[in-house]
This record gives sequence, structure tokens and C-alpha cells, in this order.
Amino acid sequence: MTGERILEVTNLWKSFGGVHAMSGVSFDLHKGEVVGIIGPNGAGKTTLVNLLTGFVKPDDGRITFMGERIDGLPPHKIALRGLARTFQVMRPFHTMAAYKNLIVPLNSPRVRKTRSGALGDLDSVAIDILEEIGFERDARVPYKTAGSLPLGYLKRLELARCLALQPVIVLCDEVFSGMSMSEIASMLPLLEKMQMNGITLMMVEHRLRELFKLAGRVMVINFGEKIADGPPAEVMEDPAVKKAYMGAEDRK
Amino acid sequence: MEMSERRKKRLDRSITVRSRGLYALSSWREMTFLLLPRVALVALLCALPLMLDMYWQRVFCAAATYAMLALAFDFLAQYAGLVCLGLSMFIGLGGYVSGSLNHYWGWPIWVTIPLASVTGAALGTLALVLCLRLRGVYFAIVSFMLPLFLVSFIVATSILGSTEGISSLDYLPNIWVEQYLLVGALLVALFGLRRLMTEDFGIILQAVKDNDQAVKASGIDITAYKIKALFLAALIGSFCGAYLSHLYGWLGLSMFAMDFSILPIAATVMGGMGTLAGPVIGAFVLTPLSEALRGFGQLRVVLYSLILLAFILYKPEGILNYLERKYFQFERWEKV
Amino acid sequence: MEILIYGAVNSMIFMLLAAGFALVYGVSRIPNFAHGAVYVLVGFLTWSFLNDLKLPYILAILLALVVSALLGLIIYRFVLIRLRGMPTSEIIASFAVSLVILEGLRLQGIAGFKGFIGPFYSLPPFFDAKINVAGVFVDFQRLFILGFGSLILLAIYLFTHYSKAGLKLRAIAQDEQAAMMLGIHPDRTAMLSLAVGSALAGMAAVLVLPLGNLAVEQGYHVLIRALAVCIVGGLGSWAGTILASLVLGYTVIISSTLLGTVWESMVLVGTIILILLLKPSGLLGKQKELEERV
Repeated sequence: MTGERILEVTNLWKSFGGVHAMSGVSFDLHKGEVVGIIGPNGAGKTTLVNLLTGFVKPDDGRITFMGERIDGLPPHKIALRGLARTFQVMRPFHTMAAYKNLIVPLNSPRVRKTRSGALGDLDSVAIDILEEIGFERDARVPYKTAGSLPLGYLKRLELARCLALQPVIVLCDEVFSGMSMSEIASMLPLLEKMQMNGITLMMVEHRLRELFKLAGRVMVINFGEKIADGPPAEVMEDPAVKKAYMGAEDRK
Repeated sequence: MEMSERRKKRLDRSITVRSRGLYALSSWREMTFLLLPRVALVALLCALPLMLDMYWQRVFCAAATYAMLALAFDFLAQYAGLVCLGLSMFIGLGGYVSGSLNHYWGWPIWVTIPLASVTGAALGTLALVLCLRLRGVYFAIVSFMLPLFLVSFIVATSILGSTEGISSLDYLPNIWVEQYLLVGALLVALFGLRRLMTEDFGIILQAVKDNDQAVKASGIDITAYKIKALFLAALIGSFCGAYLSHLYGWLGLSMFAMDFSILPIAATVMGGMGTLAGPVIGAFVLTPLSEALRGFGQLRVVLYSLILLAFILYKPEGILNYLERKYFQFERWEKV
Repeated sequence: MEILIYGAVNSMIFMLLAAGFALVYGVSRIPNFAHGAVYVLVGFLTWSFLNDLKLPYILAILLALVVSALLGLIIYRFVLIRLRGMPTSEIIASFAVSLVILEGLRLQGIAGFKGFIGPFYSLPPFFDAKINVAGVFVDFQRLFILGFGSLILLAIYLFTHYSKAGLKLRAIAQDEQAAMMLGIHPDRTAMLSLAVGSALAGMAAVLVLPLGNLAVEQGYHVLIRALAVCIVGGLGSWAGTILASLVLGYTVIISSTLLGTVWESMVLVGTIILILLLKPSGLLGKQKELEERV
């Protein structure tokens, strides 16, 4: 299932005005994995996502993706290499129809390079992508204004935006947030399908039970430090992890 | 809590409803209803030069020039998020390049005008490129400063005719070329930009306005698109400058005048920001007005600015949106 | 030695010109393009009070300063307040206000208003004499600029750090939403910032204008200088503004001495380009991410 190492993070440091948001985090990512990133609120998970995708520049450390260093690159260059991300706060291009939202990534140089031959009409490509992720074409859902779609569809639209880039890694920043258990259950097959198509997933999540259905490996971040890294069952038994989530036990 | 006794209700006109959908094709009335605004605009623009006397033809030229500048401003402000307070820089660049090529090297105008448009646009874009990565306010500031700097540069170095300018440039061949070259350029610019906005380029610009982080995360280099947008607007502006230098056969510091920077902005705000056609209408309203007030000197500028403020504060939708609303819908007071 | 003193004076002038604009932008994120217009207007008002109403100089100055603060208030209350949150409109509107004022001062023949055209206007210096400072003859007015300027800067510092109103300004400048949650009214604070900013423009006018002529064109020159300082120093950083004033003030004086005054604009634009290339956020600018934040 897992293949060669595609992402290598070494000793990542970032402070915001005296607060250490990231303190020397290091890890690897292998092709085909599904890795979860969990931790208490404010622990630095979204900072990690921002660091990896170029929205924030690290103070120190290295990030190597597919053999090339990407730390310090602007976000669009990182996306062009195949590292896509979703955003925690959902903001689609709300005045446009849903499928027009995908025109943006489809216009990126990466897509123009990798889609050989007949690009065809970008519009129909966009609609096809949406159909694959569950936008019912018959009900004209792809044509609806993005701003009017309910949350479940918006989450899928975010994923579609990533998929349109034909990414190698998709970084999901709390995709499950705000959804009911049944909604999440209907999204899991989509994520599994992505994994089966060879996409590596890194998911920042709070909903642990649902995450553990997908993730083969889990990293715990607390106060900007990685305190655990391993299979879910192991990690949840780790006393350091328990302390982070539940607070310290009573002293004797 | 007391509520007002009546409120305005807005309904689509029946003809609006009938004109939606494919069946409109089968009715002359509905097709006319749909096409009339566009056809009227084009027809008016093409017919006016024939109907006016020489003095007013010159005014028409001025109006069309301002209309193109207003187009450029509206495009930059609404679609690229760049407020350009120094449109006169493009006029000056285009005019000086075209006039200089013509004067110093004797190149004919059908070479200098296109060449100057492109060169002027390139120079203008280059001058502003450093601001594109920064917040919008930087662009506004630098675009405001540049025309004034260029003027003082020309005066300080006494090049290119310094304060007197260069006269005896080639004129445009005849009155019809004068008029219709400009009208043609205006129509191309207007409909071209509108078309561009529905293409992928426009969609990306719109997306940047909605959520620029998502656009970056989708692998698009926003700065590159802003550069392209700026170049387009600069092209329009430089063309106008090049045109004017051969309309009057003269180039000089007045090409960097504030008039060129302000009237288009006032025309845009008045006509309706973002509508592209609205600024054109605004220009054609304001230019004759300013012409009529020529005797009052600086009153013109004060007037444009006051009109601009009035519209931006009280009727920000602008004339075009207002007309469009009236055209497609009617309003009625209704008891609550 | 001459350069040292004149450079210091010039730097102070730059600082005074920029202070009002920097304050307004730092607090309410509004670029007040009418800054230069207020400067010139105060100059002409003082002149009118002095010559038409025959008021004593001090009274004329004080009155003009009060008017300038009121003007700032009016500009915000009637124009800018409606446009908060729409940066495009804010820029356009403040630019339009600036034009109404500046070009309005050039009007002739409206209701007998003769318009301020021509190089005939000037404000008298406070004390017309020179004094020998370390071997260089400096006129008193320039010394006053240094003296009063420093006092003004000190006053700004004390005001923003120790008075309730000033602290509100700083709060809004640092984090508008947090300040609002503490009950600080953003509109009233913005009005205050514009009043203070305009008063600063007025003070600068009253101090600097006696050095030369009073003409409407100065409105644009002042605006350019203020903007140059803010860009080079970094929008939103006081230390940066001070540093930039020093840098630009001295550079301009040095280039004027060596090359002639006509190159001042080139020096300004050159410095701006240099900063934008090397450190776009300004010398001491705080913003790391300069693009619009979502």
C-alpha cells in the first residue's frame, strides 16, 4: 500500500511574535498513505498546513516534496507541484456556478501540462469532475451558484478543487467539521476512492472516530511539537497523548 | 414596533419574463427588447460623427478618448482590484512615444500608433509592476505619483521638448479616420473586455476577488494575472495617447494633465462601477458637460469631483445599473 | 556641517508632513489623499485670517488649526463613513475630496471669490532673523520647525500612550475587532484619528509654509512627500516613518546640494523603487504578508 517517500519535513520552526507555533517538527510521508494530524485546539495543526503549503514561511527547517525543496516557495508554486489543500473556513467563489469554480485550478499550468492531447472544453471537464465526486448532473447541481450550496456539497467542491489539480498529496484541513455523522459517512467513500487512485492524504481532524476509519497512521501535535506518531490504536494509548487531550492526572 | 406603511415592490416587466428562454427568438418584439440596448449603443456611436459639425466632432473624439480611459479604469478597479489614480501616465507615455518616433525618426503614423500603444503599455506596466504584489493602496499611491514624476523628469532633463512640447507631428489623414478609428477602438475595447470577462481569464480575476487564497492554492500565479490585466488597461490608455498626439499633431506636458486621470474616474463612478458600458456612457455625458463649462476654468475639475462624490455616496450603483433596473423591472408602492 | 543642519530640518519637515497621513492610515486603514489639500487649505485660511480679517498671527494660526481638525471630522463624518470596508471607494472618495479642495482654491469668479492663483501669497515667518549655529547661519523659522516639530512628536507619543483617547487609537490600530469587543467605537475613533491627522497637517502647514511661497501646487507636493515617507518607512510603523523621514530628508538635501533642487522628485521616486525592490514592506514595516489577507 505505501510506497516511496514523497514528503520529508525536517525540523520545522515557526514563531509568531514570541509564540512558538511550530517547534522542531519532523516527519515523513509515503505515497499512498492516509495520515491523520490531530491534537488539541490551537496546537499548531493549521499552522503546519500553512507551512507545508507555502502560506506561511518557516523560520527554520526544510520541507522536501518529491525530492525538491519547497520551503519558502509561494503557495501557487507548491500547488503546481502537486500539493493541494482544502481550507478550514469554506469560501468558494460564491458568485459563480459550482462548476465554474473548477475553471480556476483547471487553468493552472500544471493541468495544462499533464492533461495531454484533447483538453476539450474546460467546462465539460469541470462538470465531469463534479459528477465523479457526487454532484448529480441530472439535478443540475453543478450549475447552481456555489454560494447557494449546502455544506456537504461545499466540502465536496473543496475536494474537487484539489482534485482538478491532479495532485499527488491532498492536505485536508478539518474537512469533517460541521458535518453530521451520516454526512461524514457519505464522504468517506469519496476519500477512499481518492486514496485508491493513488492520492496521498494528510488529514487534520478533530473527529477522531471517523478519522481512524481511514488513517493508517496518526501524528499528534501539541504546543507546536510532535508528541506521537504511529498507528491510531498505539497513539491513543500513549500517556503523553492522553495528557495532552485530557489534562494531567492528579498528582499523588 | 411601528413599521412603515408602504414599501417598494419590484417586479419584472412582463416583456422581461417573456424574453427569457429560447422562445424569444420567435418574436420580433422580444428580440428587439433584448437587442435594443446594445444596438442602440453601437448605432449611436457610429452615427454621431456623421451628424455633428466639426467643433462637436472634436468633442466627440475627446469623449470617446475619455470613454476608453474610463473603460480601462473600471476594468482595473473592479476586476483586478487596482485603483489607478494616474491614468494620465498612459496617455503621456503613448503620446510621447508615438510623437517622438514620428518626429525624430519620421516613422509614419500607421506604424507609430500601434508601436507606441504596445511600448507605452509595456513601460507603464513595468513602472507599476512592483506594486502588484502588494496591497491595493500601494498601487493607488504609486499610480498617483508617477505622472507627476514623469512631468518633473521631462522638465528637469529638458528632453523631448521639455515644457514646450513637440509640434508639427503628422496628422491623421482625414476627418473620417479620426472619428472612426477611435469609435472602432472603443467598440473593440468595450466588447473585447466584456468577452474576456466571460472567458477563463475573467473567471480567474473574479475568483481572486472572492477568495484569493483559494486561487493561490489552486496553482494560479495571481501576480501574473494582475500584470496581464494591467497591460491590457495600459494598452488602451497608451493607444489613446498615441491617437491624441496625431489628432492634434502635437505632444507636450499637458498630456499628463490631471484631467485625464480624473474625468474617467468620475465617469466610471457615475456610469456604474463594474459594468464596463456604464463608464462609457458616463464619459459621453461628462465630456460635453465639461466642454460647455470650458470658460469657467478649474470649475470643471471641482465639478467632476463633486459629481463623483455625490454618486459614490448616494447612488453607488451608477447610471447604467439604474437604467437597467428600470428597463427590466418596474416598481410599485405597496401597502404592507 | 551645513548639510547636517539643513538635513535635520528637512527630515523634520518630512516627518511632520507624513505624520498626519501615517496616523490616519495606521488607525483606520484609510489612505487620506485629502491630506495635502488640508495642508494647503490651512495655509490659505491662515493667510485670510491674517490679511483679510486682520487677526493677530497667533490667533490666526490657532483658529486655522481648529478649522483643520473640524475639517478632518467633516470629511470622515460625511464622506468616508459611508464607505468603510470598501477600499476601492475609500481611495476614490478621498482623492475626490482632495481635488474639490485643491482645485476649488483655484476657482475664480464664483460669488466674488477670487481664487488663490499666482505666486503672491506667503505666510510670514514667526521671527524674521538668522542665528549662527556652529558656524552656519540658520533662520529662526527652521529652528522653530525643529523645536516645535519635536514638541509635536513628543505630544503625539504622550497622547497615544497616556491619554484615554490616544490609547483607543492604538487599540484600534493594533486589532480592530478586539478593540470593538472592548467597547471602543470604531467610527468615533476613526473620526478622532482624522481630526488629529488633519490638525497635524495644519500644524505642519503653519510651521513649514513660511519658508516659501503659498501655492495650490504645494498640495500635491506635500502629498507626494508624505506618501513617499510612508512607503519607505512602512505603512503602519511610527519608527519606520521617523527613520524614513531621516533617510529621505538627508538624501534630498544631499542631492539638492550636489545636483540641484530640480531632482528632488527623482530622488523620491528612486528611493521608493529601491524599497519596493528590496524590502517592500518598508524599512521597518511590520507587515510580513503584504497581500490581502482573507
